[in-house]
Amino acid sequence: MGSITLEKVSKSFGTTKVIPEIDLEIADGEFVVFVGPSGCGKSTLLRIIAGLEDATSGAIHIDGRDATREAPAKRGLSMVFQSYALYPHMSVYGNIAFPLKMAGEAKSTIDDKVRSAAGVLNLTDYLDRKPRQLSGGQRQRVAIGRAIVRQPKAFLFDEPLSNLDAALRVNMRLEISELHHQLKTTMVYVTHDQVEAMTMADKIVVLNAGRIEQVGSPLDLYRSPKNLFVAGFIGSPKMNLIAGAAAAKENATTIGARPEHIGLSKTEGPWQGTVTVVEHLGADTFVHADVDDVGPVTARAPGEFLVKHGERVFLTPDAEKIYRFGADGDAL
Amino acid sequence: MATLQTRSAARLMMTPAVLMLFIWMIVPLAMTLYFSFLRYNLLMPGMEEWAGTLNYRYFLTDPAFGAALVNTLLLVGGVLLITLVGGTLLALLLDQPFFGQGIVRLLVIAPFFVMPTVSALVWKNMLMHPVYGIFAWIARTFGLQPVDWLNNLPLFSVTMIVAWQWLPFATLILLTALQSLDEEQKEAAEMDGAGPVSRFIHIVLPHLARAMTVVVLIETIFLLSVFAEILVTTNGGPGTASTNLTYLVYAQALLQFDVGGASAGGIVAVILANVVAIFLIRLIGKNLET
Ligand SMILES: Nc1ncnc2c1ncn2[C@@H]1O[C@H](COP(=O)(O)OP(=O)(O)O)[C@@H](O)[C@H]1O
Ligand SMILES: [Mg+2]
Repeated sequence: MGSITLEKVSKSFGTTKVIPEIDLEIADGEFVVFVGPSGCGKSTLLRIIAGLEDATSGAIHIDGRDATREAPAKRGLSMVFQSYALYPHMSVYGNIAFPLKMAGEAKSTIDDKVRSAAGVLNLTDYLDRKPRQLSGGQRQRVAIGRAIVRQPKAFLFDEPLSNLDAALRVNMRLEISELHHQLKTTMVYVTHDQVEAMTMADKIVVLNAGRIEQVGSPLDLYRSPKNLFVAGFIGSPKMNLIAGAAAAKENATTIGARPEHIGLSKTEGPWQGTVTVVEHLGADTFVHADVDDVGPVTARAPGEFLVKHGERVFLTPDAEKIYRFGADGDAL
Repeated sequence: MATLQTRSAARLMMTPAVLMLFIWMIVPLAMTLYFSFLRYNLLMPGMEEWAGTLNYRYFLTDPAFGAALVNTLLLVGGVLLITLVGGTLLALLLDQPFFGQGIVRLLVIAPFFVMPTVSALVWKNMLMHPVYGIFAWIARTFGLQPVDWLNNLPLFSVTMIVAWQWLPFATLILLTALQSLDEEQKEAAEMDGAGPVSRFIHIVLPHLARAMTVVVLIETIFLLSVFAEILVTTNGGPGTASTNLTYLVYAQALLQFDVGGASAGGIVAVILANVVAIFLIRLIGKNLET
């Protein structure tokens, strides 16, 4: 019903190539997250899928049908924008009803659909309000409501949570995931936040400067990053990437060790260092240390680990879980 | 201005400006009001005497008054209609990216900088003249009888001239409003299946409503007092076919030297302007509220 295939799609603005040729398969019902640093072309790629931007070359198939030259409305996709893009002069009801009105549906059908969407999204009490009278989270839900009433083949989300505060973001993350389980519609979700990507995705597409660095399930990417970029991007806190003598010992240009795979001790261990910063989160303690002959390293100790700035600590990287990267940055 | 102290300080600071403005307005208004009850003719200086409401009766029962009132409303309404519709279309056009956009925008704004008398003269002698005018030449090129615009369609001609002057203003205001329309909103509407016409009706027009209100209010203020264009082109004629209230007051005062009558006319014009203003603010003022 809602599969999307990109074939050798590329995009240039004038002479600057924003997206070199990429291929991508999105299966029906999948929750796919495009993740990458700001400016890497995530929005551009999403807009190409939506039809708001023409691909410079390549083809887009939606549902097995060539949609490369189709107008946005014809593609049967709906999009939730970062700014929500609600229509300010229309009520919540008017906003949600707008796509149905444009599709020329009967008044009673529109009413039924709007009310059921509002029910799903807890907006029933706000149907008469204008967007400016709503909180950020409510606006977000109206934007989603406007997207779901049309029963699209796929949803496209462009950083929908980046305007919300942290607590609300966690909530909406859950709500969107739940919506996906309910509707079972394909969702393509763009974010620069790897936590959002890890928690929501069936499949993550890591983008860097327009290139696809790696595609895989969240745990695939966590366990076996293909290169330095993915290794550094997925996981929080970031993987420690260490070059120099310590790496040479492992026959690599760079080695990587995740903070959670480095043991901490006050008495013994192969690496010795001075604590620079300690972050107590309660459940975990992050220790940033300057390790002799290695450089700055972050380690994560479960529970409480009481050290202070300037104290000496010992670190033990888990030998099984050390990643090795060659000179070109690819995993060995 | 949250606290009592800042509020009273603010009032104190504003007082001189408000007083100044009030005096600026009230002195001429009071003098006009006073003159309007006098028999005051410039041909008979020093013979002023109390006339009661005679001036008003005389002015309001003058058949020219009814004609001038209708002409004023037609002129204001016509120019508003042309500038709003034309301004919206031009703004939509200028909002598109095209080669030479900067220069074209400058050209469109140019008429606003031309003095009313000059533009009226240009229209009168170069465009609308039945013998030398460009319109006449066009008509003849197609083998048609040239139209004597200012004699046969005087009010329409004046409306065209004034509209030409005010079109840039409307275009400019509407263009800036158009440019402040969120691009994502248009794209959202596009994805929601709205074609260009639906997008214009449901997204662009409501967005422009506030700017249109500003255009209507500001233009109305100036259009109620159009004068130079009429003086230069038709002198209010033929007959009273293109006489508006402003011109009628002028004719009363300086062609018939009747200051008392002219003052009465002025007061009537002030009342009319206020009626129009109240009407407009009732009708569209709510667009200005946030
Ligand atoms: N309309 C445009 N014209 C020129 N360059 C653009 C345009 N839109 C985006 N870009 C460029 O394309 C790159 C990718 O942008 P974008 O897709 O918005 O990044 P992201 O969403 O990943 O932050 C950026 O370097 C940006 O400057
Ligand atoms: Mg973006």
